[in-house]
Amino acid sequence: MKSLILHTTTRLMMAVLVLFSIFLFFRGHDEPGGGFIGGLVGAGAFTLYAIAFGTEATRKILKVHPITLIAYGLLSLVISGIIPFFTGEPFLTGKWLMMEIGGSEIKLSSPLIFDIGVFLCVVGFIVAVIFALEEEELPANTNH
Amino acid sequence: MNSLLILPILIPLVTATLALLFRTSSHMQRLIGVAGMAALLVSVVFLFTDVYRDGIQVLQAGNWEAPFGITLVADMLTMLMLGISAIMGLIIAIYSIYDVDKEREQFGYYPLLHVLIMGVNGSFLTGDIFNLYVWFEVMLIASFILLALGNSKNQLQGALKYVIINLFSSLLFLFGVALLYGMTGTLNLADLAQRLPEVENTGLVTTVAMIFMVSFGIKAAIFPLFFWLPASYHTPPVAISAIFGGLLTKVGVYALIRVFTLLFTQDIGYTHTIMLWVAGFTMVTGVLGAASHYEFRKILSFHIVSQIGYMIMGLAFNTALGIMGAIFYVIHNILAKTNLFLISGIAQRLTGTFELKNMGGLYKHYPFLASLFLISAFALAGFPPLSGFWAKLSLVKAGLSLEMYIITGVAILVGLLTLFSMTKIWMTAFWAAVPEKGVPEHFGKMPLFGAGKLYIMVVPVMIVAGLIILVGLFAQPLLEVCMIAAEQLLNPSLYIEAVLGTK
Amino acid sequence: MDTILPILAGAIFASGIYLLLRKGLILTIIGIILISNSVNLALFSLGRISTENPPLIAAGSAIPEAPFANPLPQALILTAIVIGFGLLAFALAMAYRSYKELGTIDQDSLLEDAEDTSAAIINKTENKED
Repeated sequence: MKSLILHTTTRLMMAVLVLFSIFLFFRGHDEPGGGFIGGLVGAGAFTLYAIAFGTEATRKILKVHPITLIAYGLLSLVISGIIPFFTGEPFLTGKWLMMEIGGSEIKLSSPLIFDIGVFLCVVGFIVAVIFALEEEELPANTNH
Repeated sequence: MNSLLILPILIPLVTATLALLFRTSSHMQRLIGVAGMAALLVSVVFLFTDVYRDGIQVLQAGNWEAPFGITLVADMLTMLMLGISAIMGLIIAIYSIYDVDKEREQFGYYPLLHVLIMGVNGSFLTGDIFNLYVWFEVMLIASFILLALGNSKNQLQGALKYVIINLFSSLLFLFGVALLYGMTGTLNLADLAQRLPEVENTGLVTTVAMIFMVSFGIKAAIFPLFFWLPASYHTPPVAISAIFGGLLTKVGVYALIRVFTLLFTQDIGYTHTIMLWVAGFTMVTGVLGAASHYEFRKILSFHIVSQIGYMIMGLAFNTALGIMGAIFYVIHNILAKTNLFLISGIAQRLTGTFELKNMGGLYKHYPFLASLFLISAFALAGFPPLSGFWAKLSLVKAGLSLEMYIITGVAILVGLLTLFSMTKIWMTAFWAAVPEKGVPEHFGKMPLFGAGKLYIMVVPVMIVAGLIILVGLFAQPLLEVCMIAAEQLLNPSLYIEAVLGTK
Repeated sequence: MDTILPILAGAIFASGIYLLLRKGLILTIIGIILISNSVNLALFSLGRISTENPPLIAAGSAIPEAPFANPLPQALILTAIVIGFGLLAFALAMAYRSYKELGTIDQDSLLEDAEDTSAAIINKTENKED
């Protein structure tokens, strides 16, 4: 879409939306938020960009193919699931690692990796759908 | 607690993910596809020895105790079903290398195939009724796409019927789950089995039982809910037809066996009598439908329906012998049916058609293929010493020991009619003279092995035919394992104890 | 609420069945959507509706403040809605595709038997490179 207003605001909003999605993602640790919501907002950023500048430009800034994102997301789900195998506990048991860095407590956990997986899956899925819808009139082989 | 119980779900998931990552390379996808299925088979064999040695195995996912967490349970029935699904997965993965075209490969055929197997395995393993619903949906969505992949006109026609009827059946299932939850306040199968006998409103329990019978009945294609199956299973590529025809309907049968031995045993006189009638009609209508068709895969599709009747009959007998027969029948049927579908694919490659009237001369030019067909067809009809004979024998024995002569007679008669249909294919496609026109140029010249790479399709068929003969000649060990499974099923306290711990 | 919701669910289910029996493909799919919603409603009302504390654990304690509401039905419904949404989206996309292919959304067009399926398959596979 050719609109100066849209182009300018999109550039500004991209940064805000991506930051906000990361904020939501980490907030989900103890409060409402998390991978799913964060992923939705993140996907919203790329959707906005795709509307403003077209899908080709969006592919360029996304760097990876959305389906690859889904695949990496699924892989991190699997990884978070099998971490407890190494301590002999069943699949998906939450493992926690508490650290203190510079006075603040940092909690690393296998659910965090799971959430990263959810985040990637949601972003990948929505962006893939948006691309497919935007590019529908083009020949099918450009999707792959 | 057995942490490895997750492997039959995890391995297909990892394989599907890897296949997604390498989606641009056909070679890598095929390699990953076959390797993943092989790994799955190995893991199932290991788990099988565990279950055989130590009895029912349980995994509480995330270390949440039953009935609050998600439970995975593997008893003998589960292991047998997992085993057969892994073998079939491997066979189909090899067969697909040649059968599935590049377009479908690019659109994610291999990831979908593995997601499908993951859904099937999940349904077998789960010990939670809501999770069963979720796994069903995983399986369904993969099957929807596999069925529609390619977008040809008749594929869409078939897929639409399949999608709508299966959506409806899933919703019915969910409704039954809601009623169960409202009555008992739990979703864990073992916990449900404990609490259902205490429910005062027995009429409502029977209602839920019937809702489940209709819902799983649609998925298993029993009479009178089978019509979607012959309308859709003959449209996609053969590899997909084969895995659908072999495996998917049997997941419905598995669910029926599971809920009607574990949960709904309060009013056997009512529910199981209905099931017996349904079984009889399923057998007869299926085989009659097959007799009236002249398209290779359509005949086979109708036979799926007819064979489901046998399994339901064994379940309806509700004796150890009957259920053993049903389980054995499931295994035998998956082998024989998948193989017939695979052979139909090779025949189509050679003659260029699935229509029997345009086929002919396969016996003259490809006697080896003809013998492979004979083995599978005779197994399906129940000739000794092939696998089908033992399956039918144990069911007939179970029927006779209960003095249910009519249904047993129907079962034997349907066996004969099955033979009639198989003979029809044999007479036209294999024995008849080569038709004068419409035969592709490569017919008779293209060898099964060597040039043309047709051997990629023939070798899996040979393996399955070998398995059919093996199961037939050495039936005793498998029958014994099926007996263990049946006894576990008829004694739900074992299952409950394994999941909830001794009380 | 305990009486209204089940009746509502039943009414929606019945309208869904009515639509399922109509000829148009879109009507059928809307029927499935209605049934899906009614089943979710049923699941919600069968999980017992009550006005109690939210099942959140306050900082420092190990269990929520009793009496707390049952969180499970919501989780089940959320799962069912997400799954149902995905499947229905797929069904709609298929209806659209079949409209483009068959040129009609009349279900009678689905009745006619698919023609010989072999032709389509063999054409597609012959150009496969190995």
